[in-house]
Amino acid sequence: MNDPIPWNGGGLLDEVRRRSGTEPGACFQCHKCSTGCPAGPDMDFLPSQVLRLIHLGAEEEALGSRAIWLCASCEACTARCPMEIDVAGVMDALRIMAVDRRTALPDARGKRFNRCFLGSVRRHGRVYEMGMMAAYKLSTFDLFTDVGKVPRMLAQGKLAILPNRSGGVGQVREIFRRAEEEE
Amino acid sequence: MKYAFFPGCSLESTARPYALSVRAVCRALGIALAEIPDWVCCGSTPAHASNDSVAVALPALNLKKAQGMGLPVMVACASCYARLRTVNHRVRREPDDRRRVERTTGSPYDGGVEVRHVLDVLVNDLGKDAIRAKASRPLAGLRVACYYGCLLTRPPEVVAFDDAEHPAFMDELVDAAGAESLEWPFKTECCGAGLSMTHPAVVNRLTHKIVSMARAAGADCLAVACPLCQVNLDLRQADAAEAHGAFRPTPVLYITQILGLALGIPPERLGVDDSTVVGAGGKP
Repeated sequence: MNDPIPWNGGGLLDEVRRRSGTEPGACFQCHKCSTGCPAGPDMDFLPSQVLRLIHLGAEEEALGSRAIWLCASCEACTARCPMEIDVAGVMDALRIMAVDRRTALPDARGKRFNRCFLGSVRRHGRVYEMGMMAAYKLSTFDLFTDVGKVPRMLAQGKLAILPNRSGGVGQVREIFRRAEEEE
Repeated sequence: MKYAFFPGCSLESTARPYALSVRAVCRALGIALAEIPDWVCCGSTPAHASNDSVAVALPALNLKKAQGMGLPVMVACASCYARLRTVNHRVRREPDDRRRVERTTGSPYDGGVEVRHVLDVLVNDLGKDAIRAKASRPLAGLRVACYYGCLLTRPPEVVAFDDAEHPAFMDELVDAAGAESLEWPFKTECCGAGLSMTHPAVVNRLTHKIVSMARAAGADCLAVACPLCQVNLDLRQADAAEAHGAFRPTPVLYITQILGLALGIPPERLGVDDSTVVGAGGKP
């Protein structure tokens, strides 16, 4: 962290601009996004620092950061940016690029959760929470966190034993198939 | 007053009390809801963080189903609300997004279906005076901290509410219910949302901060309008206290449960006892 990061060309900036539809190059490092970020205290790079990494073309640092997976997409940064940069949209673009480019992730929980969630949507048209949570837990080998909360949630009718499949599931599968062709 | 209702996945599971109370309150206030047939998941954050084509197509598919009903859409979940309105916003402004929606869903969509949040309908269509007039059991003496969270008010150019930093529409409903709404500083701080599954320690820290502050402001309970806010702030209080220090367990109710009680609807028909803190008699 003490060595200054050298400029590595504008390729990363171009790619993030294209994918996010916003202009990360407009950031002048006021740090307003970082000040209001609820996950900031847990991040390795704050949101404004992630934007600076993009300016510098520091692809390895940006795509391999913990920060992009700690972003909760609460949009406080996007709502407050004085340059109207969609900072939360930049985080989405970086997450998608990190997965596409098979970047070594310091923490793969976010990627695994997204995959299990969308897998459930593709299978049932809606999220089947019990199945999704079981798949996620198996994928992370973290079987016991929060399991103690399940019996009460079942008793309160907050978790269904069986999936409630949507009649639109065929249309959903078609969307996933076409979207994969788009990417 | 009639709307095409989009419940969303959470309202069929973790937010079942929200579904019960939204339907009960709408019935009591003369708002008719027709569920969108064969609605599908909006994709929520996992979609927009993974595949932008899926993220715009899933909401568009639902909005096209509603278009066939000829009714404006009503949504209760803050995340579904944000996703549906975001897609309308993008499809209206960006020809590329409109073409992409047509390719991925198989037919065109013009972004023209109106999307309303249940709170928007209650405050702006019905009005707090009309609600107060029907509140047969006003909740005098109850002190409520309204917690708006993130996606109900952000980003401001996408949602229909006017103030992203200091919203007041939920406070108006608390006022209509005869209870007292409090000024407090964490109204729009995020609870950590979907990090609940992947990074529960972050959510425990945020839950501790938000609930402790509501207590310090003198709140008896928190009011929310989002399934994830309710689950995070309610279910994680014991973990939050263990990690960050004790605070008084505080009920986290959907605003529609609070309104329903004031309208004289029995608590069991609003799912009030199904929240963790209330169900445990004040122990998280």
